Amino acid sequence: MGATIAHTDGHAHTAHHHHEESFVSKYIFSHDHKMISKQFLITAIVMAWVAVIMSLIFRLQLAWPGEGFAFTNFFLGDKWAPGGVLDPNMYLALVTIHGTIMVFFVLTGGLSGTFANLLIPLQVGARDMASGFLNMLSYWFFFLSSIIMLASLFVEGGPASAGWTIYPPLSALPQAIPGSGAGMTLWLVSMTLFIASSLIGGLNYVATILNLRTKGMKMTRLPLTIWALFITAVLGILSFPVLLSAALLLLMDRSMGTSFYLSDIHIAGEALEQTGGSPVLFQHLFWFLGHPEVYIVLLPALGITSEIIATNARKAIFGYRAMIGSILAIGFLSFIVWGHHMFVTGMNPFLGSVFVFTTLLIAIPSAVKVFNYITTLWRGNIIFTPAMLFSIGLVATFIAGGLTGIILADSALDINVHDTYFVVAHFHIVMGMSAIFGMFAGIYHWFPKMYGKMMNTKLGYAHFWITFVCAFGVFFPMHFIGLAGAPRRYYSYSEFPMFNGVVDLNVLVTVFAIIGALAQVIFTYNFFYSMSRGPKAVQNPWKSNTLEWTTPVEHIHGNWPGPLPVVHRWPYDYSKPGKAEDWVSQITPLEHDEEEH
Amino acid sequence: MTKLLILIVVVLGILAIAQLARVYELTARLRGKREEDISAADNRMNAMLMWLFPVVYFGFFIWLVVAYGDKMLPLAASEHGAETDWLLNFNWVILLIAFVLTNVLLFYFAGKYVFSKDRRAAWYPHNNKLELIWTVIPAGVLAVIVIYGLNTWNNITGPASPNAVLVELYAKQFDWTARYPGQDGVMGASDFRLINGTNPLGIVTPESVKERLAEMEAEIAEMDSVLAHSVMPDEKAAELRDLLERSRRQQARVVNLRTVMEQDIKEKGEASIYLHGADDIVTKEFHLPVHKEVKMLIRSRDIIHSVYIPHLRAQMNAVPGMTTTIKMVPTITTDSMRTAVVMDDTFDFVVLCNKICGASHYNMQMPLTVTTADEYTAWMAEQMKKPFQASAAPAEVPANTVPADSTAAVPANAQAAVKTN
Repeated sequence: MGATIAHTDGHAHTAHHHHEESFVSKYIFSHDHKMISKQFLITAIVMAWVAVIMSLIFRLQLAWPGEGFAFTNFFLGDKWAPGGVLDPNMYLALVTIHGTIMVFFVLTGGLSGTFANLLIPLQVGARDMASGFLNMLSYWFFFLSSIIMLASLFVEGGPASAGWTIYPPLSALPQAIPGSGAGMTLWLVSMTLFIASSLIGGLNYVATILNLRTKGMKMTRLPLTIWALFITAVLGILSFPVLLSAALLLLMDRSMGTSFYLSDIHIAGEALEQTGGSPVLFQHLFWFLGHPEVYIVLLPALGITSEIIATNARKAIFGYRAMIGSILAIGFLSFIVWGHHMFVTGMNPFLGSVFVFTTLLIAIPSAVKVFNYITTLWRGNIIFTPAMLFSIGLVATFIAGGLTGIILADSALDINVHDTYFVVAHFHIVMGMSAIFGMFAGIYHWFPKMYGKMMNTKLGYAHFWITFVCAFGVFFPMHFIGLAGAPRRYYSYSEFPMFNGVVDLNVLVTVFAIIGALAQVIFTYNFFYSMSRGPKAVQNPWKSNTLEWTTPVEHIHGNWPGPLPVVHRWPYDYSKPGKAEDWVSQITPLEHDEEEH
Repeated sequence: MTKLLILIVVVLGILAIAQLARVYELTARLRGKREEDISAADNRMNAMLMWLFPVVYFGFFIWLVVAYGDKMLPLAASEHGAETDWLLNFNWVILLIAFVLTNVLLFYFAGKYVFSKDRRAAWYPHNNKLELIWTVIPAGVLAVIVIYGLNTWNNITGPASPNAVLVELYAKQFDWTARYPGQDGVMGASDFRLINGTNPLGIVTPESVKERLAEMEAEIAEMDSVLAHSVMPDEKAAELRDLLERSRRQQARVVNLRTVMEQDIKEKGEASIYLHGADDIVTKEFHLPVHKEVKMLIRSRDIIHSVYIPHLRAQMNAVPGMTTTIKMVPTITTDSMRTAVVMDDTFDFVVLCNKICGASHYNMQMPLTVTTADEYTAWMAEQMKKPFQASAAPAEVPANTVPADSTAAVPANAQAAVKTN
């Protein structure tokens, strides 16, 4: 029904072709990219809450080990939290599923799914995605995979508990940990569907960006959001299949007796028959996805930030081409750095040196991006919308987390901080916080485009400042806990007197985590309240140059009522000398003898 | 009860904020202000907060350094550790400069260039010279970091000298075992199929192979007789038949191992690796001499673990199916640490497991005693007097008992391990 949009045709589809749609085709099995984007976003918000509650449960345990909490018991029941005391196996399960949901379902599916779907057709000037049907499939695979992941929480033995990186043999042997039974099988099935969703989506994004740009939208006139989403999609297409193969081999090791990853194992009183495999092989395959994945999570957030900083500083983004260049460089380098996760696995030390070199190279384009953001702010005319605040927050977390990455990339230094809280602090700040700040920024900025309503600014301010302070309150002390030698994924530190000096930091961290989580209640309230009761949005509330703000506030199929807009300039003509306004839409023709930029 | 009260207060607080925001929204609407128009007062407030934030941020950082700086790891107790600590401090200096510089610029600009109707943002879309500067400078700094870093890395990971003290660390859920090569200085061969109650590391000697084969024979006979005589549900019987099949195949492999061993002994005589295991010392006590190079061989019985000795700045994964190695030179004895470094009579170096490995991962530890060379020699002589492997008689489920339900057996096992801790 809804599949009848003429995508490639510049003029055929106009508003008066609009036909009535049934509830199901409009809201559920929708082919419209704007609706699919909302579906991704709301699924991601639900999943994020699940992961946040999990983190609160294990933060309570870490701050007050062995104490009973009604909160814990309420969510986990007597089997996994007798008397409110978290079970050690469930602790590992929560850590695992928290990571899995946050990395894949919130920051990959949620972030790319929402903003690639919303922005790609709107910002390149297309009626819809290249294939609306595949786009719908992409969401429903994602949905199904979310349901399966949540279902895995309820199976006997609990959900997967081998860490989000599911290293075998731990993840292959139910004898080693109860979560490696049915829970792990569901994890693998869920991820397989997730990868399918991500590949279908990614191919669609790439096809749309390459083929459906409107007239005049040269690659060098694309907003940086689109560049970032483009490279993100390419990274996903090239790396997710490798994870898929790793997962399939693991499934075979688990249920068919193959030995890709298993060798010489004696467990539960029995010598296993598998020989000749290597657990390290899995790590290579996993991190071949796993590291690009970091940038799959990060690049869209950086793209969103570029757009929002330029718009709200009322100033052209500094070094547009350098920004594109750094996205390309980061994208390329992200494929040849995976070994820095494996310095202490017994990998050949010389190979380690190569990975040190390539990893530190990636710091250069990252530094360029930071300096360019700062220069964009310099002598700008900054309007502090909540989106702008989150974008500036992103730059701050990107700096703090990026710098500690230099320590971790240096193999000799990694030896002693590998798998400690230092790593937890590093990646939560640089990837978790930066990406989620980018996502928040995007939500506040494009909410008027998604729902035709405005979110409440004051609540946005409260949300940002509390979240910003708590982000550092939670993750900054973790550097110190890590430098004291405290390993990650420990249920409790009370067995080691050497950590007595720093364990009280865990209380501080947990208090900040609770306050930070409460701030997300403000956001959730603001989001859902504004969706129905917020003030009506105008067409271009932020006085932005990009094409999405030339579409009507009310969503229509095909996005533009008349013919597709024609693009005449890059998207960053803010405060251009000789112009009356401090912005110039991309559809405004260049004046006679006006230089493009 | 107090917790409930806290919860109520928090919920009410959030509702209050929401209502406050709603009131603002309504009054703003009355005044005809649109939600997207950020008022000058709001801009100023956020600009001020942008300046306030780094003060709080750096203040928090400084407080953490002052309050917790001395709770970090004490000075490195190994030669390479001293080197990496120096390297780490060197990196910190560079990173701190970059950290302060970029944050100050970011927040200063964010606060300073707040919106004003009377001003226009500068038109400054690019400057290739600037881009070049902040490409080349980070590249130069990183080059220094890479060169120093790799230089240290090569020193750490180079081959150990042939007369290094040899020790094997053996990991399993959830404990460590140490093995020393004994009188002959050669670590004997090992095979995971030989693991049983008296041979926890599966060391291969003609005696241990013989003993294991006899044990397997008995187990198989037992299973045969159970299958023949007991009444049990079909499922259980099928499971047992499976186990029996597997045991027969493993038995064949051990028989094969025996052939290989006998061949090797015939060819090499005394030099055969299979004749070097009998004097190996298997122990739960882990001792190292100070100022001697140590080469650690690291193995795992079941899943991946990781040897992590924070005070010696050493870490290496224990991977089933392969042997990983690290080398180090301890420089401070346990006694000196107690009396001169941490001033704590109960201090011990400790080996932690640093790769997620199950329920008791958080308590998989073994103390390490670093002693003077003389003390070490005396300790070693004492160990050699003990009978073969007796010191390591492990309190564990006897190997190859037939578990009624092999999946249920382990969690129970793991639980027990948690409780004993």
